[in-house]
Amino acid sequence: MRPDSPHEHDDVPHGHPHPSADPHAPLPADARALRIGIGGPVGSGKTALVAALCRALGGELRLAVVTNDIYTTEDADFLKRNGVLPPERIRAVETGCCPHTAIRDDISANLDAIEELEAALGPLDLLLVESGGDNLTATFSKGLIDFQIFVVDVAGGDKVPRKGGPGVTTADLLVVNKTDLAPLVGADLSVMERDARARRGELPTVFLSIAADRQATPVADWVRGLVAAAVR
Amino acid sequence: MRAYARVTAQAVKRGGGTVLTELRGDSPLLLRRTHDEDGIVTVHLVGGAAGPLGGDELRLDVVVGSGAALRLRSVAASIALPGRAAAPSQFTVTARVASGGSLQWLPEPTVAAARCRHNAYASIDVAEEADLLWRDELICGRYAETPGSLTMSTSVAYAGAPLLRQCLRVGPDADGWAGPAVLGAAKATGSLLQVHPGISAGGPIVLGPTAVRTPLRGPATLTTVVADDAHALRAYLGRR
Amino acid sequence: MDTTLLLLADGRFPAGGHAHSSGLEAAVAAGRVAGLAEVEAFLRGRLTTAGPVAAAFAAAACQGISPAVLDVELDARTPSPAARLASRRQGRALLRAGRATWPSARYDDVPHHPDGCHQPIALGLTAAAAGLTAEQTALVAAYGVLTGPASAAVRLLGLDPYQVQAMLARLATACDEISSDAVAAAAGGPPSDLPSASAPLADIHAETHATWEVRLFAS
Repeated sequence: MRPDSPHEHDDVPHGHPHPSADPHAPLPADARALRIGIGGPVGSGKTALVAALCRALGGELRLAVVTNDIYTTEDADFLKRNGVLPPERIRAVETGCCPHTAIRDDISANLDAIEELEAALGPLDLLLVESGGDNLTATFSKGLIDFQIFVVDVAGGDKVPRKGGPGVTTADLLVVNKTDLAPLVGADLSVMERDARARRGELPTVFLSIAADRQATPVADWVRGLVAAAVR
Repeated sequence: MRAYARVTAQAVKRGGGTVLTELRGDSPLLLRRTHDEDGIVTVHLVGGAAGPLGGDELRLDVVVGSGAALRLRSVAASIALPGRAAAPSQFTVTARVASGGSLQWLPEPTVAAARCRHNAYASIDVAEEADLLWRDELICGRYAETPGSLTMSTSVAYAGAPLLRQCLRVGPDADGWAGPAVLGAAKATGSLLQVHPGISAGGPIVLGPTAVRTPLRGPATLTTVVADDAHALRAYLGRR
Repeated sequence: MDTTLLLLADGRFPAGGHAHSSGLEAAVAAGRVAGLAEVEAFLRGRLTTAGPVAAAFAAAACQGISPAVLDVELDARTPSPAARLASRRQGRALLRAGRATWPSARYDDVPHHPDGCHQPIALGLTAAAAGLTAEQTALVAAYGVLTGPASAAVRLLGLDPYQVQAMLARLATACDEISSDAVAAAAGGPPSDLPSASAPLADIHAETHATWEVRLFAS
């Protein structure tokens, strides 16, 4: 499953805690699935990116998804059809109209959902936590995830990277999605790239059209690298 | 007024069936055996007077022995009315159902009339492997009337463990009772508890916009209803 | 202990409460609550029904009454499985925060249940771990019954937050009374005699809400 893993007993560190233990201090980061948060404004393509990652990684990694978005059976069907992810690998968390509270200030419902998934499915390699659609200020708590991806789209305007905000500035990976729409909306990708670099320094940014790259290859490769590093 | 009534149903040792070994009451709490319904021995409460009135203390003890089956009804709604004294009225029912016994408590509704102060307490002890059907219905005020204060408290144990403990209060002493967290605009409310060993647990069922049937922690379901009137209430709580 | 009390009572204490409306979302959908007046009536009803139960059970747990006994008693007071689940999930979230904030052996008594521990019991144990008294614990419980759905109402209905705070201020005395009565009830007798105030619409709201495909709140 993880060809890069140097350990022969690499299943061991992924074990769920004691079956009888109550909710509990989080596991040490090296003994559980890698958790990646996916945030970004409404409509930027978070769910599409989750589907693409499931498509790309579902065959090689044990993965599950927690979504904080308003979630319908259509969404589940969307992931099921497009991402080859069975419904039991998806949990929806209600956020009480506070999408960023649930990923930043009070992460308990998300932690519960992750633990329930791990209890139901056994050890996992990768957990994707999709935030509810929010604005540019939403970021994930380090108590919830190990790395975060922030998704913006060119249709939201090419000024988005310049505006910054914690999502654009600090996310471990910035994804600029829907590049195929750039000519239609008059967005200048080179401006976005320049602004992103100015805001983010050495942190990576990828430009992507999930419509064209149905496996979100650069993002999937970035995730693969993190999973490989995590089990090392 | 004080009144005490008691009914004891025991299984006939040979040949099955149920016999009433005790049946006693005082006015206004009188008990009459009536025609068996569906082959079940049936006893009616026949109110000797309007009431309960403020100051009344009524108590009914029901005992159902192992293998016996008893159905209790009442001939008319019980209308809680204010008395001359400021004292509240009280109706206490205790029931004990032994293993293999069966009790059905299906009285007509209690009506909280204007200015009443009434407390209805029920304490039911159901042994393991016993059956119970217990219906409570409350109408808040007679026609176009605001009810007085009424408390309806039900406490049920199954096999010695708590199964259901509820206490509904309506009227001027219960802040918010007519609001959207308790009864809303509904004038009638009630519940039907069914305890049956081996009852299929199943999931909760939404029977209608204001009626649900839910599985309890134990071999039992509770149907909870609020309704515009006694008729709509009974449509959900009629004996199945 | 005043600061500790405020920390535990604070809506920002990360105990999962923000995701629960305690029936308000269902009441809004059913057309029973549309504005401030109905929210106030809703909160008054919650205070007199859920209030005494939550406050007395929290106080009892704080005082060391067996959590396992309280757990069965609370189940008997919560006929709706959806409401039981909501209580247990909130209890689980509270314990997660409580354990991290005030480590203590008091949590060792938590009854094991796959969905978690009922919220009032979790609150009582956390409050005890934090060194609070039964009186303070009951107050936190009653205050939570009041402010949880009030905060949900602001978000769900877009109410004027100043008007909501003024309404909460009007309800403060009632909240104080509920909590002090609950302490007396908790001290009074066996767990079977703890308050059992019920509200038919609470069960109906909880169950109808649980059937929705799309919910903004977990309860």
